[in-house]
Amino acid sequence: MINKIVQSMADAMAGIKDGSTVLIGGFGAVGQPDHLIEGLIEQGATGLTCVANNAGTGRVGLARLMELGRVRKIICSFPRSAGSVVFEELYRQGKIELEIVPQGTMAERMRAAGAGVPAFFTATSVGTILANGKEQRDFNGRTYVMEHALKGDVALVEAWEGDRWGNLTYRSSGRNFNPVMAMAADLTIAQVMHIRELGELVPENVHTPGIFVQRVLRIDRGPAWA
Amino acid sequence: MTGFDRKQMAARVAEDIPEGWFVNLGIGIPTMIANYVPLEREVILHSENGILGMGPAPAPDRVDPWLVNAGKQAVTLRPGGSYFHHADSFAMIRGGHIDLCVLGAFEVAANGDIANWATSENDSAPAVGGAMDLGAGAKRLWVVMEHTTKDGGHKIVERCTYPLTTPGAVSRVYTNLGVLDVVKGKGFVVRDLAPGVTFDQIQAASGAKLHTN
Repeated sequence: MINKIVQSMADAMAGIKDGSTVLIGGFGAVGQPDHLIEGLIEQGATGLTCVANNAGTGRVGLARLMELGRVRKIICSFPRSAGSVVFEELYRQGKIELEIVPQGTMAERMRAAGAGVPAFFTATSVGTILANGKEQRDFNGRTYVMEHALKGDVALVEAWEGDRWGNLTYRSSGRNFNPVMAMAADLTIAQVMHIRELGELVPENVHTPGIFVQRVLRIDRGPAWA
Repeated sequence: MTGFDRKQMAARVAEDIPEGWFVNLGIGIPTMIANYVPLEREVILHSENGILGMGPAPAPDRVDPWLVNAGKQAVTLRPGGSYFHHADSFAMIRGGHIDLCVLGAFEVAANGDIANWATSENDSAPAVGGAMDLGAGAKRLWVVMEHTTKDGGHKIVERCTYPLTTPGAVSRVYTNLGVLDVVKGKGFVVRDLAPGVTFDQIQAASGAKLHTN
């Protein structure tokens, strides 16, 4: 019997290695797998490259992971937001490497990784400093820049429902980066609000099919998120 | 010289958005534009984080913690609205499906260049978000911004001095002093003046030559 549901955070985090590239879902706090990030802090892996839209806020979650010196590099589109104090300190001190990526390019680079597409061309960033040093080609009279797929060793995603085959659904705008990250990593770990019996999720409404998910951990985020 | 305040600038942009357009609004004054599009004129708002048919802010007791806009503020979904993931959301943008994007800016140049994400090549921590995708992908890019900086510096310029977001993308600029079209091969053309503003005043506040037609 296939059963991707794990019973403990330790089981969810088992085997994450030092130096891993970790894709972390969410857009700000919404759709962010807060509990899994705490689990990763406990688990101890270091020298990580983290891919997330934002660079953490306050001194918890991703910000805490960075403050503990466990993140070597962050790949994100919008590191400078209200409360991103830890990132800004580390960046000023030269203690963290930053790769800034346009948001759509970031999403597409992961979608490409999940789809087996090694690189693609996009008009985004052409004529800007973010295109410096990248291959450019013209198609139908317009210039495009080549971007490489962005693959994760691990993806931490946040979903609404999950079943033992790893099928996931998301709640409203909590979907955001989670499905593309789930498909782009070798080991995708989902924290879900609800575990459903196999067959209970409406097949037409499964957002991430279980083929992209390896572990599911139920986390009750409490009544505010119910 | 009176000109528009921020709300009037947003309302002025809203006047020019026709029914049926898919529109993405940036953070700041652009977000306020939604308040001035009457509900019966069906304009479908897109948000980068995976929403089409975004509605206004909810009453404080009706906030859904899962439902936010690109500025991470609580919003609602209109009947007919839908949710999707980030790659689909940016496929809408990059694939040329969005009719209009309205952004704020540091500078707009006579050739349509926009600079709105970093203030120097060695910015302490630049944050680009979705601006370059929107600039390159939306069918039209309009800018709404104050005509000058707080200390009177030019934001309407011949050539941008800050790092570009997208070259040659802006087709119209709404400011507190008026509305300018950006015409290829010509530059800024004054389309409309704010109440109490003269051509000479808007020209004096601009770092590029303005045309009258």
